[in-house]
This record gives sequence, C-alpha cells and structure tokens, in this order.
Amino acid sequence: MKKFVTLITIVSLMLTAMTGCGKTVSGSVSTDGSTSMEKVIGALGEAFEENNSGVTFTYNPTGSGSGITAVAEGRCDIGLSSRNLKDEEKAQGLTETILALDGIAIIVNPDNPVNDLDLETIGRIYRGEITNWKDIGGNDLEIVLIGREAGSGTRDGFESITDTEDVCKYRQELTSTGDVITTVAGNPAAIGYASLASVKETVKALSVGGIMPTEETVKDGSYVVQRPFVLVTRSNTELSEAAQKFFDYITSSEANEIISSAGAVPVN
Amino acid sequence: MKNRKRLMENAIHGIFLVLGLITVGCVLLITVYLVISGIPAIRKIGVLKFLFGKKWASTAAQPQYGILPFILTSIYGTAGAIVLGVPVGFLTAVYLSKIAPPKVKTVIETAVSLLAGIPSVVYGLVGMMVLVPGIRTLFHIPDGASLFAAIIVLAIMILPSIIKVSLTALEAVPKEYEDASLALGATPVETYFRVSVPAAKSGIAAAVVLGVGRAIGEAMAIMMVAGNAPNMPKVFQSVRFLTTAVASEMSYAADGSIQKQALFSIALVLFLFIMLINAVLNFFLKHSKE
Repeated sequence: MKKFVTLITIVSLMLTAMTGCGKTVSGSVSTDGSTSMEKVIGALGEAFEENNSGVTFTYNPTGSGSGITAVAEGRCDIGLSSRNLKDEEKAQGLTETILALDGIAIIVNPDNPVNDLDLETIGRIYRGEITNWKDIGGNDLEIVLIGREAGSGTRDGFESITDTEDVCKYRQELTSTGDVITTVAGNPAAIGYASLASVKETVKALSVGGIMPTEETVKDGSYVVQRPFVLVTRSNTELSEAAQKFFDYITSSEANEIISSAGAVPVN
Repeated sequence: MKNRKRLMENAIHGIFLVLGLITVGCVLLITVYLVISGIPAIRKIGVLKFLFGKKWASTAAQPQYGILPFILTSIYGTAGAIVLGVPVGFLTAVYLSKIAPPKVKTVIETAVSLLAGIPSVVYGLVGMMVLVPGIRTLFHIPDGASLFAAIIVLAIMILPSIIKVSLTALEAVPKEYEDASLALGATPVETYFRVSVPAAKSGIAAAVVLGVGRAIGEAMAIMMVAGNAPNMPKVFQSVRFLTTAVASEMSYAADGSIQKQALFSIALVLFLFIMLINAVLNFFLKHSKE
C-alpha cells in the first residue's frame, strides 16, 4: 500500500513537472522607449514576470525617439513609443501595434462656468495669449496655468497635442497628478491637465470641441486630447519566444485590467 | 588578568573607533560622489553660464541650464524665514526661560517638541490646502502658491530648532549675573535683555545658523506650496528652490543626460551652501565655549 502511494506521488509529480515544462519560457524581454509608458509597461512587466518566473523583464526609459531607434538597431525586443510611427520609420521595416490610448483631461474648478474649449483655444491659453477667463465666457479672473514638471509624460503628451512645447507660461509646475487635481480644486481660476483615469469629482473635466472625455470617446478617437501607446517591432525579424509571449499577453484582453488601472484606455 | 582586561579595553576602543568612522565615511562618500557627478555638467555648461544664467529650460529643444533663479530663491526664502521666525522663536525662548510659570512652560515646551516632530510633507499638505488658498483670497492675487507661502512654511518649520537652542543658551547663563543686575536696581525685563541675552548671544547666534541650515535644506514642504516654476524670485511669484529643482526633475531625467548631470551640479551647489553654513555654525559654537 505504502509503495503504491509513493508510486502515485512520483507519477503525479512527474506529470506536473512535465506540464510545467511545456508552459515555462525562460529568457529575457527588453523594452526601450517612451517615459510616458513607464506606468503601463511597468505594471504589465511585473504581472508577466509573476506568471513566468523564468523570464526577466527590463524597461529602459529613454523616450519615444530613442526607443524606436533602439528597436530598429536591434538593441531591444520591443520599442515603446507614445506617438504613431512616421512613414519613413515604417519604411525602415518597423511595425506598430497600438497597445492602449492615453486620454488627457483638461480640468478646471467646478465653480468655473466654462464647460467647453476647443484645442486651438487651449493652446492659446497655455501659450499666454488668452489670460483672462472673461475672454472665453468665464468670470473676470486671471487664468492660472497649472502643469506638470519637465520630463513628465503627461506634460509631454499635452504639449505635443496642443502645440505648446516649451512655450507654456506655467504658474505652477507640480510633481504629481494628485497635486494638480488638489490645486485646481482649490483655485476657481485654475486650469490644469491630468490623465483621464485619475480625474475625480473635485474638479470639472472640460469637453474639447464639444466632446466629453470618456473611455468611449478616447477609444473611438472623437476626443482629441489623446495619444497612442505604441509597441514597435521589426517586421522581418521574429521575436524571441519570451518576447513573443510577452507581446501576446499584453495585447490580449487579459491585460486590459492592468492597463486601465495604470491610467490608460486599453484597445484590444 | 590585568592583560586580559587591557585587551578587552583596547578591543572596545577599537569598536567605538570603527563606529565613529562610519559617520566620517558616509560624509566622505557623499562629498566625493557629489563632486564627481556634479563637475561634468558644470564643465559642459560653463561655470558662469551655470551659476549666473537666468533661464532654466532643461527639456526644451535648445536646453538652457541657468540656476541663478534657484540660488536667489533659496537665499531670499531662507532670509525671509529667518526674518519672520527668529524674532518669534527668540522671544518665545526668553519667555520660557525667564518669565513663564512652570505649568505654562511645560505645555509650550511640549508643543514645540511636537512641532519639531511633524513630518515636512504634513507641513506641505496643510500649506497647500489652507495657506495657499488663504494667501490668494487675502492678497487678491490669481494664485497663492508663491515665495511668500514658502517663507511662512519655512518660518514655522525652523521655530522649534531656534526656540530649543536659544532656550538652552539662556538657561546656561549663571544666576549670579541676573541677581547682581536685579540687586543694582534694574527691572526684571531690563535684566533679561541687558544681561541674560548678551551673555547667551553666541548660543542664540548658533540657533539662528541652525535655522538657516534647516530652511535651506528643506524640499518636500516647499515643493507643495512654492509653485515650482523656474522664475526669478518675487514675493508673490511662483518660484523654484535649489532643493526642489533637484527633487522635481530627478525622477524623469534620463541616465547620463546632461539634464541629470546638471541636477547633480545643483545638489553640489546646495551642498557647498550647507558646508558654508556649518562652518559658520562651528565658528559660533567655538566662540561660545571660550
């Protein structure tokens, strides 16, 4: 009887080991690129490593441009870009896969009567060409521009979409989304921007060109203050087994929850 | 037996020496590291352009690395905190050591100790939620996050160190001095300001320098109330300090970039400022012993 139990145990152990063998992938996945994608790709990498103990995941935050160059030169498996690829980059043999969309909400104090601005006006406000709310249908208050610190992905995204790179006349440069929301909630003349997922009811999100920012409007593209998070791969080279598995995992619907909790809108 | 005892003594001396050297080692390590990582950017940018440049735009297409606004903001902010904080702290110390009844003294001293124990992020949070909107409505300006808000927060933060060190200095004044003054017909208040305070002056000076050190090194609290735009300092303008300049951009600066190196250079400048303040502090402390 005892022998029989031992035999069963051994057989079952072997079976588990074998099934384990079939699933385990070892190796490494290296990603390189956009600093804005840090939160999303970091959370995905962590979850992937947890499920696949043999794989090491690395992320090198260098910026979209450097990430695209890195993957083109074969220095990493997957390049990360927070903009669409240009035609000449595609011509180099690169493929883009949209992982998620990043919606940026324009927020004001709930007491502010302004509900809607178009992209052009937002740009003019941030460039300092419109300085009083009364010029755009609000109260007679000087507009207080709240932004993020240099290097922040949200700032980078906002400035590139509104065409205000390096010319924003910020009154305050805060280091977190939470601080931006708190500050805007406490000042009736303030305007700020924050990742869509983190906007709370203490502030009012403006509609841009008549479209309210929601997951749906970001997904269908009608809300314009958004940008894609793009995975860049080489068209003619196959990914390593580990990298392919990672790629499949993050573009599957399994990863959606992680992507949303990291503040982006999943598309797959 | 005697030999063993001596061996034991020597061994323990050795252990104490090693423990003492840990501190020295840390200071040396930090100094060397800061100098090594701070010099390259200053070389690339140029000392004058770095220290006296008026514009900081580290991520612009044509980056500019001038830290004069930060240096001036740190100096003005600290000076403002001293101007507001020292009179309050100093007079509190005089009151506590000479006039206050024991019960009142216990309550105030406990409150001061508690104030010293509040984490700086809490100062920042209260400043952000209460002080900044308060300044905005009180002075009718568009936004309250400013040098002025930072000065007030710093003034409150340096109070405990000023009160405690001045208190110790005042209490160390021999009672005979005061008795003699009173016996000669001076009133108690005259005695405090003409006899006790001059006798404790170097200790009080040390308290002020300590306050300066605390104010110039603070980052978290003022990051939340000062606005952080790299402007030249004005009282109601959003400003960035040396400390907050390092803290706010460090997390996003790419490794090896000139931006990151420049942040280390700012830290080096701040470090030199603090060394200078420490030298002054030592000078006063040495003076008070003589």
